[in-house]
Amino acid sequence: MTVYLLCFILFLTGLYGVITRRNLIKIAISLSVMEFSTFLFLALVGYREGGVAPIVDTADPVKTYVDPLPQALVLTAIVIGLATTAMLMAVIIRIYRKYGTFDIREIKNLRG
Amino acid sequence: MEVAISVITIFMILGAIYAIHARDILSAVIAGGIVGYSLVICFLLLQAPDLAIVQIVVETITLIIMVAVVLDSSRVEAYSRFDRRAWITAGTAVVILLVLFWFLRAASSHLAPFGESSLRMADAYINGAVERTGSVNLVTGVVFDFRGYDTLGEATVLVTAVLGVLTILRINGKKKLT
Repeated sequence: MTVYLLCFILFLTGLYGVITRRNLIKIAISLSVMEFSTFLFLALVGYREGGVAPIVDTADPVKTYVDPLPQALVLTAIVIGLATTAMLMAVIIRIYRKYGTFDIREIKNLRG
Repeated sequence: MEVAISVITIFMILGAIYAIHARDILSAVIAGGIVGYSLVICFLLLQAPDLAIVQIVVETITLIIMVAVVLDSSRVEAYSRFDRRAWITAGTAVVILLVLFWFLRAASSHLAPFGESSLRMADAYINGAVERTGSVNLVTGVVFDFRGYDTLGEATVLVTAVLGVLTILRINGKKKLT
């Protein structure tokens, strides 16, 4: 249960960063921290004590594998996370070229 | 096992807190890398080698992109004094934290203890998967065979994201018709 709680605290750390920071790059980093905590949680849910990696050895069949379903899910999510991060950074660099700052308050003030 | 993962998770939390509070943006990006690479070790401990491989590649690419963006712009964090708006955001953060903790308390009774996953849904994928998919790696079997259409959708999302990045970063925009 401790692990789940720590994982949740990691998520809250990312959320705190997203809410309180004014720098766009730091907001992007906090978003990826939140992503990572979710991946960790899903991997934790699928773990079984004494389980081995879900790769079948036909010569020596073992009975306990860890759950392959969350792993397949997280595999998809990691790649999508890379795509969103890359797109986020592209938007951020465009904003910097236009306004000359990463500060979200300044960007709001320069509207129009 | 649980202790080792707890220690690494605490390390990740410390890295995230430093990344959020660092004055230099470049050190914030590197400290964000701590979180990603520690996650690789967690995946290895949790018997997920596929995830570890993918995560280490993705984290490296993310770090390269972020460092490139930071070096191409400013490294200085715009330091903000603690004004009225900061109080409002801090208050919002505390409220959201309390609400989420309430949800955690409500959900934790449904959560199996660590290391005792029931495999209720995975049984159908594990039993006889090798004969049906021809892949000894069960994760590969799920991703590319049982969930093949999802993987196709994932590839679509990737292509869309790459097209989006190329569109956003195009240096010469289309000239406006005046």
